[in-house]
Amino acid sequence: MRALILALALLAAALPAAAEKVVLGLSSDTVSINTNFDGSEILIFGAVKRDGPSPSEPRLQVIVTVAGPSESKTVRRKEKRFGIWVNKDAVEIDSAPSFYAVSTSTLLGLSLSETEDVRHKISIPRAIRSVDAPDDISDSETFADALIRIKSKANQYQLNEGTVSVDEQTLFRTTIELPAALTEGEYQTRIFLTRGGQVVSQYETSIYVRKVGLERWLYVLSREKAFLYGLMSLAIAVFAGWGASAIFGLLRR
Amino acid sequence: MQIYLPIAEVSVNAFLLLGLGGIVGILSGMFGVGGGFLMTPLLFFIGIPPAVAVATEANQIVASSFSGVLAHFKRKTVDLRMGTVLLIGGLVGAGFGVMLFNYLKAQGQVDLLVKLCYVVFLGVIGGLMFFESLNAIRNVRKGKAPVRKKHNWIHGLPFKMRFRVSGLYISVIPPLIVGVAVGVLAAIMGVGGGFIMVPAMIYLLGMPTKVVVGTSLFQIIFVTAFTTMLHATTNFTVDIVLAVLLLVGGVIGAQIGTRIGVKMKAEQLRILLAIMVLAVCGKLALELLLQPSELYSIAEGGH
Repeated sequence: MRALILALALLAAALPAAAEKVVLGLSSDTVSINTNFDGSEILIFGAVKRDGPSPSEPRLQVIVTVAGPSESKTVRRKEKRFGIWVNKDAVEIDSAPSFYAVSTSTLLGLSLSETEDVRHKISIPRAIRSVDAPDDISDSETFADALIRIKSKANQYQLNEGTVSVDEQTLFRTTIELPAALTEGEYQTRIFLTRGGQVVSQYETSIYVRKVGLERWLYVLSREKAFLYGLMSLAIAVFAGWGASAIFGLLRR
Repeated sequence: MQIYLPIAEVSVNAFLLLGLGGIVGILSGMFGVGGGFLMTPLLFFIGIPPAVAVATEANQIVASSFSGVLAHFKRKTVDLRMGTVLLIGGLVGAGFGVMLFNYLKAQGQVDLLVKLCYVVFLGVIGGLMFFESLNAIRNVRKGKAPVRKKHNWIHGLPFKMRFRVSGLYISVIPPLIVGVAVGVLAAIMGVGGGFIMVPAMIYLLGMPTKVVVGTSLFQIIFVTAFTTMLHATTNFTVDIVLAVLLLVGGVIGAQIGTRIGVKMKAEQLRILLAIMVLAVCGKLALELLLQPSELYSIAEGGH
């Protein structure tokens, strides 16, 4: 009997799925890193377009995720050996985003069911892929937890529950704070509409974070003409050293 | 004033970096050390990625050493002949040290090795210098003339060469060996190697302290320039914006430091350097001995 009610509920939740779509706006789709860049904020806003009238129950919830470029990481744990603390166990994390923010209109647990989280990889632990632990490490989850803890402390992983405001079940908006230590790349932005824990619609777009001006020029030079860049660094160093010596020599006279 | 560093990819306070550069520059000019052994840990502390900190620090040392050595050239306290011999050894050692470093990096324990190297070398050198200069100061107070061993086993070696500025007539083998050893350690520890070079020149080669500083700076310029090029072309980790901020403070500091150094007695100079070396050694030793607040650390890439 309970299974039947659940099935009906799921059916009811699934029905309006085809009818609701996201229309998105962004304050800007590029974030420029210039010399005095000190973190940034992006405003993500949009509306829900639907064919029929909005179903009143369950309520519409909105989840916004922003993910920076992924890279593999090694997490090491220190242990006391011969009286000193040394790196002992290491676990490789296949892929972890350099930045990840989840913003929700209510508690994440209320707006998303476990199975939908697994399918869409929305919550922070799910966004980190495949912990490849050696056989002799039994508690490999603690390494992934440590990665999340360290990244969260640096504001690079954020879970912002209740920061998406939804008006009239149609308009939504949120701001996401980007930290000063930001890497370049394509930041994948996803918006999920959920009802009763089920994803009824999703939308994807990208925000580009790139260095501009002097920052861009130096970065490109250091990668593409590394030898020239090295010589330039040395020339500046020698010139500055000579300059200080000459100026102090004049001052003494 | 916040400035975003293009290679390090972090935002830092520009005045903080200028100040750090200045303080380390003063020490560099006073003692003839590059200051890398102080600056590199400080850069880690303010959140610069270690690889960028080590590479950029090498570039900054080029500037402060160049500024310092010019001041020494004017006073003719650089032994070019000795510097060249040390440098030949140093470059060979640095090349060899980079290979050793990469091998240990693949083993995953390079951080520990670097720290242990620091603790052992800083501890031994700082301790030796501290007690030696303490004795020297006591002897001066008592009115005894400082006793210098004129002849030891070093004087029995072949390939003798005259080092006029240092007032020495010794074999080139000991300076070459000192150069190679310092080069290897400099590459592993990511510093210029002045804090090892200076005591080695004083105690192993018997050079006069006033000449040691200029000659050490002369040698450091080339070893760190070599390291900078190596990092810039293989790891792409030299951050020129960070380097400029550090070296503007650094070169000014080095000029001030050189002038302070001239006014001080050799023993006082040595005991101050010894205290500083021991302080850094103590801090690093505590880091190894006490339980860290975060046991886990994140490294780039897989292994």
